[in-house]
Amino acid sequence: MDWLTTVDHKKIGILYLIAGGFFFLIGGLEALLIRWQLMGPEKDVVSAETFNSLLTMHGTTMIFLAAMPVIFALMNAIVPLQIGARDVAYPFVNAIGFWTFFFGGLLLNVAWIVGDVPAAGWTAYFPLAGPDFSGGKSMDFYAIGLQIAGIGTLVGGINFLVTIINMRAPGMSFMRMPMFTWSAFITSALILFAFPALAVGLVTMSFDRMFSGNFFVAANGGTGVLWEHIFWIFGHPEVYILILPAFGIISEVISTFSRKRLFGYSSMVFATALIGFLGFMVWAHHMFTTGLGPVANSLFSIATMLIAVPTGIKIFNWIFTMWGGQIRFTAANLFAIGFIPTFVMGGVTGVMLAAAPADFQYHDSYFVVAHFHYVIVGGLVLGLFSGVHYWWPKMFGVGLNEMLGKLTFWTFFIGFHLTFFVQHFLGLMGMPRRVFTYLEGLGWDTLNLVSSIGAFAMGVGTIIFIINIVYSLSQPRTAKGDHWEDGRTLEWSIPSPAPEYNFAQTPLVRGYDAFWKEKMAGNAEMTPAEPIGPIHMPSPSILPFFMSLGLFIAGFGFMYAENEFMNAALANLFSSYVVAGVGLLITFGSMFLRSVYDDAGFHIEEDEINKDRGIKA
Amino acid sequence: MSSHDHHANGVLPHDPEKATLEGRNKILGFWLFLGGETVLFGTLFSAFLALRHNVADGKTAQQLFELPLIALATFLLLTSSMTSVLAIQAMHRQKVKEMAIWLGITVLFGACFLGLEIYEFYHYVHEGHKFSTSAFSTSFYSLVGFHGAHVAFGICWITLLIAQLFRKGLTVVTAPKIYVASLYWHFIDVVWVFIFTVVYLMGKVG
Repeated sequence: MDWLTTVDHKKIGILYLIAGGFFFLIGGLEALLIRWQLMGPEKDVVSAETFNSLLTMHGTTMIFLAAMPVIFALMNAIVPLQIGARDVAYPFVNAIGFWTFFFGGLLLNVAWIVGDVPAAGWTAYFPLAGPDFSGGKSMDFYAIGLQIAGIGTLVGGINFLVTIINMRAPGMSFMRMPMFTWSAFITSALILFAFPALAVGLVTMSFDRMFSGNFFVAANGGTGVLWEHIFWIFGHPEVYILILPAFGIISEVISTFSRKRLFGYSSMVFATALIGFLGFMVWAHHMFTTGLGPVANSLFSIATMLIAVPTGIKIFNWIFTMWGGQIRFTAANLFAIGFIPTFVMGGVTGVMLAAAPADFQYHDSYFVVAHFHYVIVGGLVLGLFSGVHYWWPKMFGVGLNEMLGKLTFWTFFIGFHLTFFVQHFLGLMGMPRRVFTYLEGLGWDTLNLVSSIGAFAMGVGTIIFIINIVYSLSQPRTAKGDHWEDGRTLEWSIPSPAPEYNFAQTPLVRGYDAFWKEKMAGNAEMTPAEPIGPIHMPSPSILPFFMSLGLFIAGFGFMYAENEFMNAALANLFSSYVVAGVGLLITFGSMFLRSVYDDAGFHIEEDEINKDRGIKA
Repeated sequence: MSSHDHHANGVLPHDPEKATLEGRNKILGFWLFLGGETVLFGTLFSAFLALRHNVADGKTAQQLFELPLIALATFLLLTSSMTSVLAIQAMHRQKVKEMAIWLGITVLFGACFLGLEIYEFYHYVHEGHKFSTSAFSTSFYSLVGFHGAHVAFGICWITLLIAQLFRKGLTVVTAPKIYVASLYWHFIDVVWVFIFTVVYLMGKVG
């Protein structure tokens, strides 16, 4: 019950981690089924229809329900601590963010239970995603599930922007902010400008499917290319929304475990902002083959290649940070170091794909599949593994086992390269993406077998990671505040796990790597910026849960409004929009209650804070 | 901290909406939210611009639109933006009753605007310009309808705030709420200016 009503950002972070991890396992299972089917020629592990569903749900789940939430988990758990804040700007809205994501994801996955699963790809191109080719409710699950989950992401982004702008500790200027906080900041800005476009895309999709709209119906003047524009003006920034936090994590981990200040900090900040900006300028490189014409193709081609410059700056800065450092090869750092060459490989193929004429050749081949898995798995997922190993003691008060962590790294890392490296060659040899099987004698058999074996190795790595989690949580909570002893940023200056109010006294920040600076000056703790006093906290609330539950119910109400039920009562209920109305009533009713009853919150008194600090009052 | 003092003395600061961190957070967050809303409407506008000539078998914009009605609606909505400014000015002078009156007039004008829009849609549907008629009609009803839904939401919201104002008075908690609602209302107006230009004027010109 405590977990249903919590508005504590650290607990919400843990909720995000659990839910995101759960969906990661589902998405991974789907991936393994895909690779099992493609292990050899003409296998029939799953039918062609099921394969399409698996492919669609794997992409959608991994992007929206696994990667994004785990990023939000780390941002929630760490960003307020890094800037010396007691809380986030909107604790209540933060809880709404989690619950809408959760119920949206749940709604999407109910499709498996109903047996009417989205199968038009995660990009949901029209007319394939329209009612003619994706009948039943399949793509409605996609549109409404993502719509609800998208609300959560958008409000989460706004929450972090305001938190970072308004709630930094005294002395924490923008140019003293840790890199992870910077990347969270830029990522949140990207979310703010990308997700509303997705919302419109999903609304237009729903309008076409449910109310016979014509946005994408060619016969009545609509156009499918419009969908591609709307989707990618969201979808391209989305990949930077995913990768920038990984960049932030890598910066923190590498500098901590090299015992060195991050090399070129200000250029890192500049590069992050520039990548964020350019991320919005390049969406049409997904559409080179739609016939935009040579001028548009050239411009988008050049803009895309430009992104290699700030990214290159980052890569060299990480290498220079390690250069001459006292490197400790912890599990977290192994993931971070493994990230660098892997991500560079993904970046190189990205520049290859950015060349429009060459793209006509690579387009929709396994080369593309290899490229984006190199950046998203080899980049983001390695980054997230690194971050989870690094901050686990801060989140749970107990460290993960180092030996098991290293084992996870090696199985996952080797498995990853086995899976996706060979896919470059499969693509160049002509294997198209999204095919559910292939004939013998095309020369693709061995490489596909290797790829599938690699995928199972990644599965083994993930299982070892789960074992590690279970093992670590069964240990006594003994993590110190500065668990790695080389902690540089503010989160390491307070106990692990952080107390409810984060900082007993708001710290005074006197430079970049604030905690490290104090340690070098011979201080064991941060200098406080205020005397100890009662701390105001927001009250827990069940309303975020009900608001999201209402949307969940309303989603079904709208989806099944024109369904043919066997049961007349059910049919009446849905077709008269009673179910949809009840759902919306729950949501708006909760909003009304929230608006009318002001939350006075409560205070944590001095005595209690002193008790936590081991001081007898 | 300063909010504590003011509460204690029962004196409200000159800018009650910015007196607390919560209030400042609310206002900044709302500006950012409006940035997101801009993208939302921008995308709808792009879709409309791409599809506005694709009328299939349906009517064209030139055949449908009647500018006098739209001009009246525009007049009502833009005036309501002004009355919401007068409400905020009254807030800074801490005249709660005056504030409520101006907010009430804002809501009233908004409701009249919405009434005209509903009549307009009703009229078009009778002319055979249904949601499913053509890509033009779908994108038209989506864009203008989204704006209308925003107006409707704003009406409910501000009405609720007036009720709160009577119950709780003007405090550092209610002030940011009202300030933010007025930002929202201005935003709706700005969007309407674009709709008036892009949808109706450009539609009439062809």
